[in-house]
Amino acid sequence: MKLLIILAWRNLWRYPRRTSIILIAIAIGIWSMLSMSAFIRGMMEQHVNDTISNFVGHISIHAPGYRDDPVIDHSMPQPNEHLLHLLNEKVWAARVRVPAVVSSERETMGVTLLGIAPAQEQALSFIADAVTDGRYLNNVEDKGIILGRKLVERLETGLGKRVVLGSQNHSNEIVERGFRVVGIFDSKTENIETQFVFVGRHIAQKMLQMQDNISELALLSKDRNELENLLQKLRATSPDLDIQTWQTIAPLARVIVNVFEGFLFIWYFVVFIAIAFGLVNTLLMAVFERTREIGLFQALGMKPHWIVGQVLFESLFLLAIGLVVGNLMTWVTLILTAEGLDFSRYAAGYEMAGLSSLIYMVLNMSDILTANMLIIGLGLLASLYPAWRATRYVPVEAITRT
Amino acid sequence: MNMKQFPVICRHLGKSYQQGKITIPALVDINLEIHKGDFVCFSGPSGSGKTTLLNLIGGLDTPSSGEISLDAQRLDKMNKSALANLRLHKIGFVFQAYNLIPVLSAQENVEFVMQLQGLNSARRAIKARAILKEVGLEGLEKRRPGDLSGGQQQRVAVARAIVSAPSLILADEPTANLDSHTAETLMQLLHTMNEEHGITFLFSTHDKLVMDYSKRLIKLRDGRIQSDETQ
Ligand SMILES: Nc1ncnc2c1ncn2[C@@H]1O[C@H](COP(=O)(O)OP(=O)(O)OP(=O)(O)O)[C@@H](O)[C@H]1O
Ligand SMILES: [Mg+2]
Repeated sequence: MKLLIILAWRNLWRYPRRTSIILIAIAIGIWSMLSMSAFIRGMMEQHVNDTISNFVGHISIHAPGYRDDPVIDHSMPQPNEHLLHLLNEKVWAARVRVPAVVSSERETMGVTLLGIAPAQEQALSFIADAVTDGRYLNNVEDKGIILGRKLVERLETGLGKRVVLGSQNHSNEIVERGFRVVGIFDSKTENIETQFVFVGRHIAQKMLQMQDNISELALLSKDRNELENLLQKLRATSPDLDIQTWQTIAPLARVIVNVFEGFLFIWYFVVFIAIAFGLVNTLLMAVFERTREIGLFQALGMKPHWIVGQVLFESLFLLAIGLVVGNLMTWVTLILTAEGLDFSRYAAGYEMAGLSSLIYMVLNMSDILTANMLIIGLGLLASLYPAWRATRYVPVEAITRT
Repeated sequence: MNMKQFPVICRHLGKSYQQGKITIPALVDINLEIHKGDFVCFSGPSGSGKTTLLNLIGGLDTPSSGEISLDAQRLDKMNKSALANLRLHKIGFVFQAYNLIPVLSAQENVEFVMQLQGLNSARRAIKARAILKEVGLEGLEKRRPGDLSGGQQQRVAVARAIVSAPSLILADEPTANLDSHTAETLMQLLHTMNEEHGITFLFSTHDKLVMDYSKRLIKLRDGRIQSDETQ
């Protein structure tokens, strides 16, 4: 065993240039696999987080029918005490959320009206931190309105000006109310800026004549993985409500996650094929060059499985060194990009797809293990061919060949 | 017949090579007994079958017809793996060139066979150093083959061949790549090994010098034994 290791190790450095080339190839291969998966993971995480903070939360609770037709008729009462008990210690927010129109003296636009409890939203959605001009809402009784920057431009209005918000009440009558613009918010995606307007919840309820009812309740859990459990408990306490996780509410986010994972898989496959070809080629060359030596081994009584072992050890060393270098390269890449990769220059397309332009690479242990194991395992498997070729030499012919 | 007395016995041994449609008879009806402790030289013109015969005796190749036995074991009946085992434990080889493993030092080359045999490292090192000293290579144990002269390399090969006390040492033209002075020294060494360790040696050669050292000279021609003289 030790002999095989010594032979394999020393043989590796007989042709330093060839060895270095294949090592670099393996290193770049694993680096590209890991960086690509970190990048895609980062993009997915970002997208999921954006989705969640766009008022979806981890779990959303609605009246039945609201998701198909989000109007005032599909509203529900404030959470009862059983529900409140489960919500205890969770971050949650109850909102009014209905379609509306907002008009300035020049333009009218269709929007989604969100009547919020400003303090509740602080930990749950992006809005509290997104107000860049003016101020955030103070409480549910706040008489101001917050608009997105793009919407302000379209309406040709501004901070301190008045706009009129209109919607329907339960009896399908138009209800209207004037608001003063107290804050303007920015978002990474334009859609959000033009879609949502924010007012105090009580004011919205009064305007829509819906007592203390709400349209939705969104909540965050500390651990995204225990969602299913929490979901079951919530459904058990309130069987008459429609309770769903973000995956159901925002199915696109889930599709994107699946597409990315498929893409990663294909990438892994391509990289692996490239590495395997390089590796097999290198080993075959090494084996051909050492025909006489292998013949000598056999003449001296070395059994075929030892010869296989020698080639496999050589392959293992190549793979292991290449992987160490590649993993280090990935680590350095992650450190260098810790501030996030800014794609805003090329981001027009991303934003349309609802993706963020600032991406933080995310690498989890299982991605690292999968990529490394895949390369070592399949790499050794591919090396069996050159190893087998080596054992096919007949000693006499190998030795007498000049 | 006393098997102990004749480590190698060949009966109607034949070997032919197929080259396309032509059959080349390399050896025809060889009958031969080699005495224990003998120092035998096969000579003959190029293509007369010397290498083929040594390869058959050494279990590197298998005969087309006839019988061949080493220490009463029939080589013609053995499979590849059994032959490998036999080579490992009973036969030492010294080839014309390219005898050594380039990435191993002189001492590691000598230890190689013992390592395959499973000896522990302490015993290997002691034996290897002793034998290298015996062949006159003391102080060169750490050198790789590339840093040794042709004669020194052949001595390492001899040291490796005898270190595990095989029944038989086969040397196919061991002096072909050496100048006459170095060749003479090597033959003296082999002769001493034969005298002191009682190991049986078989050579093939074109070299008059090697023939002069031998105790028994067998001449081959066209795959047959032409003459067999004990000197
Ligand atoms: N692998 C082979 N394939 C076909 N023919 C072969 C093969 N090996 C040897 N021969 C033929 O067998 C015959 C004997 O060859 P061998 O190598 O034994 O001769 P030799 O006495 O060792 O010659 P030399 O002195 O040149 O080494 C020759 O005619 C040779 O051409
Ligand atoms: Mg020959």
